Amino acid sequence: MTEATPNGAGRIISMSAVTKRFGDFAALKAVDLEVGLGERVVVCGPSGSGKSTLIRCINQLERHDEGRIVVDGIELNDDVKNITSVRREVGMVFQQFNLFPHLTVLQNLTLAPMRARKTPKSEAEALARRYLERVRIPEQAEKYPAQLSGGQQQRVAIARSLCMQPKIMLFDEPTSALDPEMIKEVLDVMIELAEDGMTMVCVTHEMGFARKVADKMVFMDEGQIVEVGTPTAFFSAPESERTKQFLSQILAH
Amino acid sequence: MVGRPLVGRRLRLLAYILPTAALAGCGGNYNWGWYVVMPTTTQGQTNIQFLLGGLWTTISLSLLAIAISVTLGLLVALPGLSTRPAWRSVNRIYVELFRAIPILVMLLWVYYGLPVVLDIKLDVFAAGVIALALCDSAFEAEIFRGGIQSISRGQAEAADSLGLSYWDKMRYVILPQAIRRILPPLGNQFVYMLKMSSLVSVIGLSELTRRANELVVNQYRPLEIYTFLVLEYLVLILIVSQGVRWLERRLQADERQGR
Repeated sequence: MTEATPNGAGRIISMSAVTKRFGDFAALKAVDLEVGLGERVVVCGPSGSGKSTLIRCINQLERHDEGRIVVDGIELNDDVKNITSVRREVGMVFQQFNLFPHLTVLQNLTLAPMRARKTPKSEAEALARRYLERVRIPEQAEKYPAQLSGGQQQRVAIARSLCMQPKIMLFDEPTSALDPEMIKEVLDVMIELAEDGMTMVCVTHEMGFARKVADKMVFMDEGQIVEVGTPTAFFSAPESERTKQFLSQILAH
Repeated sequence: MVGRPLVGRRLRLLAYILPTAALAGCGGNYNWGWYVVMPTTTQGQTNIQFLLGGLWTTISLSLLAIAISVTLGLLVALPGLSTRPAWRSVNRIYVELFRAIPILVMLLWVYYGLPVVLDIKLDVFAAGVIALALCDSAFEAEIFRGGIQSISRGQAEAADSLGLSYWDKMRYVILPQAIRRILPPLGNQFVYMLKMSSLVSVIGLSELTRRANELVVNQYRPLEIYTFLVLEYLVLILIVSQGVRWLERRLQADERQGR
């Protein structure tokens, strides 16, 4: 594993002046963002502010219209090969889990390593079982996703991404679709991952999690990054009026 | 409310007239000659053998045409799902064109026209397979497109985010889920294809319908022979629908396991 270098040398994600439009609506307006190797970034902001679009541009689930995105030294342009090789290095966890319902948990985990990395089956299965162990559900390997609880499904989804042994993990509101009592088991897995030095970009409203693991807080509003700062500064002394307002709304109760 | 009883009376009248007419036609004046297809007589046996002789041709014609049209349909459906307008228009043009051509017209055109255009020799069987497959593929393409579109976008995004190639995504993630949903309309098309294969008799392929026609010409027993023909198709189609039902049940069992 790479050593955590929060503000250190290696930049692994670099976005400059990235703009994304959906028709006439600009979801991202000339956004700049740098993420260092091993850095944990938490992105927050009101709904419709462009947080999801931002991280979906990193693995090109959304193609950006303007600006430059470089991930792990590869520029994301029209070259499909570049996009595929970046996707193999970047894992993503979705709000709705998006597990493959027709495959068992084990098959969900081994599919990508076997097809995209040409890992032999036995090796892929050993890898899968190791990661299931790590997200604490080794006993569910032979079940189908629908037989699991939401929290378990999301942990399988995390394990599925980890099986590709990515350098970066993106989380798009990973706990927003979960029942309250299942949020903790997912966050615990994410905290462990952060402690192991994984580079992470998380869109989440779990401010407790953010305080605990984030090296950098990013606040977005109306397609722009309004404020970037350390969690301490961000929570205790936010600079912009908009951030203050947002924080008071979500931390009010 | 004067109209009501009048309509009622007319309907009742019809209800009497129709069966009476039918009975007069069938039971009354027509002398059935079931001997032509009676397995207990030598004559009947020879005739049945002749009629059933087209069975394999009908089956292999339909199976080949189905296999080709499903493959072609899938290949045409895929560009229809593309984000690029150029690819989508390839799909649209193909579907609109081949969906608009009546099967019988297509058959005649392929059999008489294609050899001239391409300067090749085409036997009746090949012409039949090509015409049926082309016409049907447009419908298959729409069935596939609808089925694939019904799978949530999150599935494709998950596959993409894992770095799976387009073909792996289709083969291992999207199509296995789509196939469960398109099986009923696909089964419909199989049955339809089996029935439409009778049209190939027009260009002289010796399948079930052609053989029935030939026998009618020298036995003068159209009603009996065509009734036998109806039963032949009925049996074939019942077998096909049972097969599709069985497949559906099997896939649903998988699904239930998954739920």
